[in-house]
Amino acid sequence: MSSITPEQHVVSYGKLAATWLALMALTVLTIWVSFQDLGIFRVWAALSIASLKSGLVIAIFMQMKYENRLLKWLLFLALATLAIFIGLTFVDVLYR
Amino acid sequence: MTNSEATTVQDERGFWKDTGKTGITSWIFSTDHKRIGFLYFYTVFSFFLVAVILGILMRIELMAPGRTIMGPQTYNALFTVHGVIMIFLFILPGFQGVFGNLLMPIQIGARDVAFPRLNLLSWWIYITGAATIITSLFTGSGPPDTGWTFYVPFSARTGTNVTLAVFGVFLIGMSAILTGLNFVTTIHRLRAEGMTWGRIPLFVWSVYATAWVQVLATPILGITLLLIIAERVLGAGLFDPGRGGDPLMYQHLFWIYSHPAVYIMILPAMGVISEIIPVFSRKPIFGYGMIAMSSLAIAAAGSLVWGHHMFTSGMSDLAVLVFSFLTFVVAIPSAIKVFNWVSTLYKGSISLEAPMLFALGFILLFSIGGLTGLILGSAATDIHVHDTQFVVGHFHYVIFGGSGFAFFGAMHYWFPKFFGRRYREKLALAAWILLFIGFNVMYFSMMVLGVEGMPRRYYDYLPEFHALNLTSTFGSWILFAGMVIMLVNLFHGLLRGEPVERNPWGGATLEWSIPTPPPTDNFVEEPVVTHGPYDFKGSGIP
Ligand code: HEM
Ligand SMILES: [Cu+2]
Repeated sequence: MSSITPEQHVVSYGKLAATWLALMALTVLTIWVSFQDLGIFRVWAALSIASLKSGLVIAIFMQMKYENRLLKWLLFLALATLAIFIGLTFVDVLYR
Repeated sequence: MTNSEATTVQDERGFWKDTGKTGITSWIFSTDHKRIGFLYFYTVFSFFLVAVILGILMRIELMAPGRTIMGPQTYNALFTVHGVIMIFLFILPGFQGVFGNLLMPIQIGARDVAFPRLNLLSWWIYITGAATIITSLFTGSGPPDTGWTFYVPFSARTGTNVTLAVFGVFLIGMSAILTGLNFVTTIHRLRAEGMTWGRIPLFVWSVYATAWVQVLATPILGITLLLIIAERVLGAGLFDPGRGGDPLMYQHLFWIYSHPAVYIMILPAMGVISEIIPVFSRKPIFGYGMIAMSSLAIAAAGSLVWGHHMFTSGMSDLAVLVFSFLTFVVAIPSAIKVFNWVSTLYKGSISLEAPMLFALGFILLFSIGGLTGLILGSAATDIHVHDTQFVVGHFHYVIFGGSGFAFFGAMHYWFPKFFGRRYREKLALAAWILLFIGFNVMYFSMMVLGVEGMPRRYYDYLPEFHALNLTSTFGSWILFAGMVIMLVNLFHGLLRGEPVERNPWGGATLEWSIPTPPPTDNFVEEPVVTHGPYDFKGSGIP
C-alpha cells in the first residue's frame, strides 16, 4: 500500500503579485477588446482571454501547477468531458 | 492460500457478530463496508419489490382493452413511479451500493473503502432522497405523472408533485457521486501488495469504470433537475420557446446523463458475469485485458451517444447522423465482452449451478436487448418504433434480463460467502426456469406489439392488440411466481441452509480465500497477491 505525503508548496509573494498584475492586465484587455469591432471574432476573443485568466488562477492560485500528474489528468479529463458534451450538443443547435 | 487455523481463532459469525454498538445503530451508523452493503441491499431490494408489484398491476390493467382495474391518471402515475423506483432507487444505486460495497474492497485485498464515513454518508443521502421521493407520492396534488424522464414542457406544467420528486432524485444523484469518488480512490490507493492492475478481478474493473461514470455524468443530472425546479418554481423560461428557451435543450441535458446511466446499470452487471463464467467453466477467463479495456471503452464511448433518444424530436439531421453512427460504435466493445464470455465457455467443464444459469440467461437476454437496441439506434427504423411497446420490451431485456438477472446471479453467487449457508439448488433451478420463461413470454410479446404499432405509456389499446397483451400479462405472472420461489428459497437457505466452507464454488479471487462469513477486518493478515484472479491452478484449486 502506498501512502500519500501531501507536499506543501509555497508560492513567493513576488510570483503571486505578478500573477495578480497579469490578471488585471488581462481584464483591461477584455474591456479594450469589447470596444473593437471584430465581428464574429468578438466572442472568440473574449472567451480566449477568459480561458487564459482562469488558467492562471487554476495553475498558480489554486496550485495546480505544483500538483502531481494524476491530479492534472483528472482536471483535464473533467474539462475535456465538458467540452465534448457542449461540442456534440452544438452539432444539433448550430445545424437545426 | 490455506490458513484454516485462522478460522478457529476467528469468531465463526465473522462481521455479523456484535461490534460494540447495539441493535439497529450497529447497522445504520456502521462504517464497515459489508454492513453498508447490506444496508443498501435491504433498502434497494425492498424498493425493487414494491416496483415489481406496480409493474404487475400495470400488466393487469393491460390484460384487456378499456378500463380493467384503473383509469388513465392512475396508470400514468404507476408507470412513472415504477420507472423512477426501478431506475433511481433500485438499479442505479444497487450494483455499486450492494455488490460494489460488499466485494470490491475484499477483492482488492483492502480492509475497507478509502473513506468509510463518506460511504455511510452516501447511504444516508440515498435514504433521504428515497424518503423525499416517497413523500412526493402522498403530498401535494398527487404522485408525478410525467414518466421517469420528466420531459418538459409537461413536467414544467403538470399540477402533480413533480418538484419534490425531482428534488429527491437530485439527492440520490449526490449519493451516487460520493460513492463513485470513494470507489475510484479506493481502487487507486488501497490495493494489496501484488494486486497489480493486471490482477484485479474483472468485477473490480467494471466497478472502477462505473465509478468514473458516476462522478463525471451525475452532476449533469443534478443540474438538469434543478433547472426543472427553477422552471416550475421561478418560471425561469429556460425550456419555453415563448420566452427564448429551448425544450430540446432539456432532452439533451437529460440524456447526456441518462444514457451513460445505462452503463452504471449494465457495467457492474457485466463484471459479475465475468466473475461467474470462469468459475463455473473451470477455465481462466478468455481475453482478460480485452474485457477490462472494453469496460473503459464502453464508459467513454457510451457518453457520446445520448442523441439516439432524440431522433424524432426535431433535432438537426446532422446530429441524427452523428449520434446514430456513434451508437453503432458502442456496440463493438459490448460485443467484445459477449464473444469473450462465449470463448471462455468453449471447452470448459461447465457446471450449471444457479449463478451460472443466471449468467447464461444474462448473455442471451442482454444480447437480445443489445441487438434490438441497434434497431432503435438506426434512425430510419427508430422512427417507426419510437415510443412504442417495442422500446419497453427492448429496455426491459437490457436492464431486467441483463442487469436484473446479473443481480439475481450475484445474489446466488455470493450468498454462501456472506451467510455461510447454502440455498437449495433444485429450487433455484425451478425459480430460474420460471423467471426465464415468464420473462420472455412477457417482454417478447411487448416487442411484437410495438412493431405492430401499440404505443407505450397508455392504459388502453385497440382491440386487435388484445391477444398479445393477454399473453404478456400471463408471462408477468409466471415471472412473478419465479421471483417468489427464488426469494423463499434464499430466505429458507439463510435460516436453515446447510453450512458451507470458505470456498464452495472454487473461485480464485480473494474473497474466497478468507473465512466465511468474512471477519470484520476482512483479512486475518494482510494479503500478498501472487497470482491472477482466474488462475485456478496457481491458487491450488482443483
Ligand atoms: C416483474 C417485473 C416488471 C414488470 C411486470 C414491469 C412492467 C412494466 C410495464 C407494464 C411498463 C409500462 C409500459 C407502458 O405502458 O409504457 C414498464 C415500464 C418501465 N419499467 Fe418495468 N417492469 C418490471 C421490471 C422492471 C425492472 C427490473 C426495471 C429496471 C430495473 C424496470 C424499468 C422500467 C422503466 C424505466 C419503465 C418506463 C417507465 C416510463 O415509461 O416512464 N421495470 N414496466
Ligand atoms: Cu441511450
